[in-house]
Amino acid sequence: MAVVREDRRSVSSSEDVVAVRKLVREWSVTSGFSLVDQTKMVTAASELARNLVLYGGGGTVRLEALNDGAKRGLRLVFEDEGPGIEDIEQALRDGFTTGNGLGLGLGGARRLVNEFHIDSKRGAGTRVAITRWK
Amino acid sequence: MERIPILKMGDSLLVSIQVDMHDRLAMTLQEDLTNRIAETRARGVLIDISALEIVDSFIGRMLANIAGMASVLDASTVVVGMRPAVAITLVELGLSLPGVRTALNVEKGMELIGRNGNSRAH
Repeated sequence: MAVVREDRRSVSSSEDVVAVRKLVREWSVTSGFSLVDQTKMVTAASELARNLVLYGGGGTVRLEALNDGAKRGLRLVFEDEGPGIEDIEQALRDGFTTGNGLGLGLGGARRLVNEFHIDSKRGAGTRVAITRWK
Repeated sequence: MERIPILKMGDSLLVSIQVDMHDRLAMTLQEDLTNRIAETRARGVLIDISALEIVDSFIGRMLANIAGMASVLDASTVVVGMRPAVAITLVELGLSLPGVRTALNVEKGMELIGRNGNSRAH
């Protein structure tokens, strides 16, 4: 699998979340995603970018256009150096939130993509990687 | 400050969201609409989201909150023009917008609001 293009943005405000949505839309189009798949990827990106702002104290998103033989895909990696997540299983459950949200961000984003990886340690930040294939 | 315009037509309020809203703008709209419903004693609120390319959990919650507050203030809310790709994504995200009534377009939405207004008057 090869990364054919890469970019990185910092995310620290709700305006940045809108900018990430726009960028992910452009990259999804370039990756040849259908309209529904574009919409799923942008929505997942919106949830995870917002989490960077709300829970991570800001962070970065890395975009990677992937090429795996005949398959094209898009990977997004969201990283923050915030307080981390104590119980990842609990954080992924629908309806669980430590903030004011609906508790759908993390679990919902996972349902919208093909691959989902989360690493987090208390006090050591959180890293979420999502991939969607065409 | 950036704001989404709210139009009054008869005893209804109309909102057409034409920009990709950041979270604070969505919160401002929610507050503005609630205030306008109380001020104008509107019976119906129609929100056109046909220009929205995504509805994530935050915007979904805003729509549900508006419908809830409008209902407490004796007004009914109809959300119109949701794109099919947005509807598919919203359901997979886990948000089915309970309590938010929807219609395919503005015309059908206005019919729905009109019917409600009449039935409550009797």
